[in-house]
Amino acid sequence: MPDLDETPVLSVRDLNVRFGRNSIPAVSNVSFDVGRERIGIVGESGSGKSTTGRAIMRLLPQRAGVTAERMDFLDSPLLEKTERQMGGLRGKDIALIMQDPRYSLNPVLTIGKQVAEAAKLHLGARGKDAVARARDMLARVRINDPDRVLSLYPHQISGGMGQRVMIAMMLLARPKLVIADEPTSALDVSVRKDVLMLLDELVRENNSGLILISHDIRMVAAFCERILVMYSGRVVETLSRLEDAAHPYTRGLIAAMPDPKHPVRRLKVLDRKSIEVETNP
Amino acid sequence: MIKVENLDVVYGSKDKSNHVVRGVSFAVSRGETLGIVGESGCGKSTVLRSLAGLEGAWTGSISFNGKPVGKVRTRDELKLAQMVFQDPYGSLHPRHRIGTALAEPIRSMGAGDGWTRVAEALQQVGLPAHFASRFPHELSGGQRQRVAIARALILSPPILLLDEPTSALDVSIQAEVLNLLADQREERNLTFILVSHDLSVISHMCDRVLVMQNGVFVDELTRQDLQAGVTHASYSRELFDASFL
Repeated sequence: MPDLDETPVLSVRDLNVRFGRNSIPAVSNVSFDVGRERIGIVGESGSGKSTTGRAIMRLLPQRAGVTAERMDFLDSPLLEKTERQMGGLRGKDIALIMQDPRYSLNPVLTIGKQVAEAAKLHLGARGKDAVARARDMLARVRINDPDRVLSLYPHQISGGMGQRVMIAMMLLARPKLVIADEPTSALDVSVRKDVLMLLDELVRENNSGLILISHDIRMVAAFCERILVMYSGRVVETLSRLEDAAHPYTRGLIAAMPDPKHPVRRLKVLDRKSIEVETNP
Repeated sequence: MIKVENLDVVYGSKDKSNHVVRGVSFAVSRGETLGIVGESGCGKSTVLRSLAGLEGAWTGSISFNGKPVGKVRTRDELKLAQMVFQDPYGSLHPRHRIGTALAEPIRSMGAGDGWTRVAEALQQVGLPAHFASRFPHELSGGQRQRVAIARALILSPPILLLDEPTSALDVSIQAEVLNLLADQREERNLTFILVSHDLSVISHMCDRVLVMQNGVFVDELTRQDLQAGVTHASYSRELFDASFL
């Protein structure tokens, strides 16, 4: 169902994040809009991609200085909200899916309790109704035997299943914006595709926006309409297809990946000096 | 160079036993690079650990250079095969300086204190010699993996066992480490066994690939097969399709 609503879900202008007073900015002058679409943020570790995601969720520690000319979620500025108002938004309207389900699920509560908690908090469901909703959501993320899984603890399920549970928990409230921070990096290649397809399907169904943060530029290119490439805190390029890459950093990243169809004897490595020249003229 | 016959690894005993590796056999000739690919839990790392002598519960036969080796290795047997682990954060002692870590294999082989060879070993993997006085936390992930490779190579083993050597690294750093490994292989005529779940890394490095599932090899692919996308078993097809979106 195509959406006629053209207003962006999230609109960010000149986002800056620095840790400490005179330090190097972790994110500098990042601007982008997210509509009801899927955008990807790629870059190496330390490029500021996760920090951008966390700054949107306002999950950075106190000492991090976050400033932005504009950071609007559905036309209301996120930076002016109180912690209490943010608490109402997080999980309900903006959801964050993190890398490793083993660390983001509570190890001492059953899956059922944790997914039902999301239903209680965000949908106002109670008791048996909350559990029933949790069960339905687990079935939606294609967990074969949801009744059994409800009573299991996180250590009793596999990584792929754990990430499905996380997706179920996060998408139960039908958030308008989903930020997925390396959702498949901790998973095996064989389940990676299923998890991504599932995420994609549910996000389309809810007609929400998705920000997919990853270091794997090919995967992001296959799933997202637009790709922001980040290098040392800046967006160096916005692409819709990998073939259009013009910045030396993006081209370097693509060339550094081994491609079985075009074997080379030596892989290209990044020429960081020329990238520095290009980004700081 | 390496010959493995009917390798079996079973953990636990009686009704609680877990048959991890089920009678695998393979051979690797000198200078060849063999890849083993499969999902987590399929037993690929266990095969490698058995070869390295880290596993005590295997049966079958393993021979290096035509000589069979047992579960308990002599110093000469240990010098034949060295291993590089997945996580450079976990495989270096956090309170030992890089120099100490690099000299340790030589010291434990009873061949002197090893300090004289540290600088050379660092330079071979493209790191400055003064890194010897640093601690692991003062290095980046890629630099740490270079140290791990230097440590494996310091005894000049003919065989290098690589357990997911680049899966904790960024693609740009991965390219540097894979190039380093390829250069060292050429220079020293090394034999590699590379375990990974990433088919693109495997197909870049390896002459031959074994696909593993539930403790057995279900498929064998040559470099030509990988380039053309040819597979001989449904499982390797699935793995292939999942790897290249």
